[in-house]
Amino acid sequence: MITYDSINIGDELPVLHTKKISRTTLALFAGASGDHNPIHIDIDFAKQCGLDDVFAQGMLSMAYLTRLLTGWVPQQSIKDLSVRFTSITELYAEITCSGSVKEKYQKEGKNILSVLIEAKDQNGDIKIVGSAEIEIA
Amino acid sequence: MLNKADIGKVFPLVTANVEKGRLRFFAKATDEKNPIYTDEAAAKEAGYASLPMPPTFLFSLKMDVLDPFKNYESVGAFLPTMLHGNQQFKYYKDVVAGDCLTFKSHIADIYDKKGGKLEFLVEETKVTNQYKEHVADMITTLVIRN
Repeated sequence: MITYDSINIGDELPVLHTKKISRTTLALFAGASGDHNPIHIDIDFAKQCGLDDVFAQGMLSMAYLTRLLTGWVPQQSIKDLSVRFTSITELYAEITCSGSVKEKYQKEGKNILSVLIEAKDQNGDIKIVGSAEIEIA
Repeated sequence: MLNKADIGKVFPLVTANVEKGRLRFFAKATDEKNPIYTDEAAAKEAGYASLPMPPTFLFSLKMDVLDPFKNYESVGAFLPTMLHGNQQFKYYKDVVAGDCLTFKSHIADIYDKKGGKLEFLVEETKVTNQYKEHVADMITTLVIRN
């Protein structure tokens, strides 16, 4: 169990590796997430848009990045989650999510950890960067 | 092209039920193995009234309408040139299966960079539950490549 006192600035979260993103991954996520944008599931549409192939939903990688956090603390601890999508995640990418504690402080009597998070592919290309505010006992 | 006159424009309310089946499907699609997201008994043991809604699932519920991109099209932002730039969530209260959420969105800002080559649409959404409690806020920035 993680507590405020047990955490130090610079501590790293347990890394999350996800399996290779397949067309099935994209189809399932389109259905489950309700994002039916054909650019993620229909190669014909992607080609009409001038792309070689479909690419992954940004929110899929953000869901993985959120699993990094919920694998570390209960999701009720997450008070703020903010990300920037820095580049497209290609089909067949293998995403690795990592994070580290940037700050710890008290706000309105609550213990807050500020955590930097990022998702990279197998080539080390950054796909998402962001931060989260975690309230902890 | 976007029009700065649309700043402040309010989109129609979206109301969506948090359904167990959808949450289980989402867990499968995101490779989430923690049983609290699929097994109600495990969720209750962890202190939730039912299956907890995963943090980013709010984004999905907001799109739970027949034509989720229509709002953006109505202000001149179309799918083929649109990318998701930034996404922020602020959480104030738990949301679990069985809840019914209302999403009230408006355009908070419109701006451009690189002489109009890139346009940005910032949408803010207030999320309330069936008890009219403010459960979350969402801030979405879309990038339109001209």
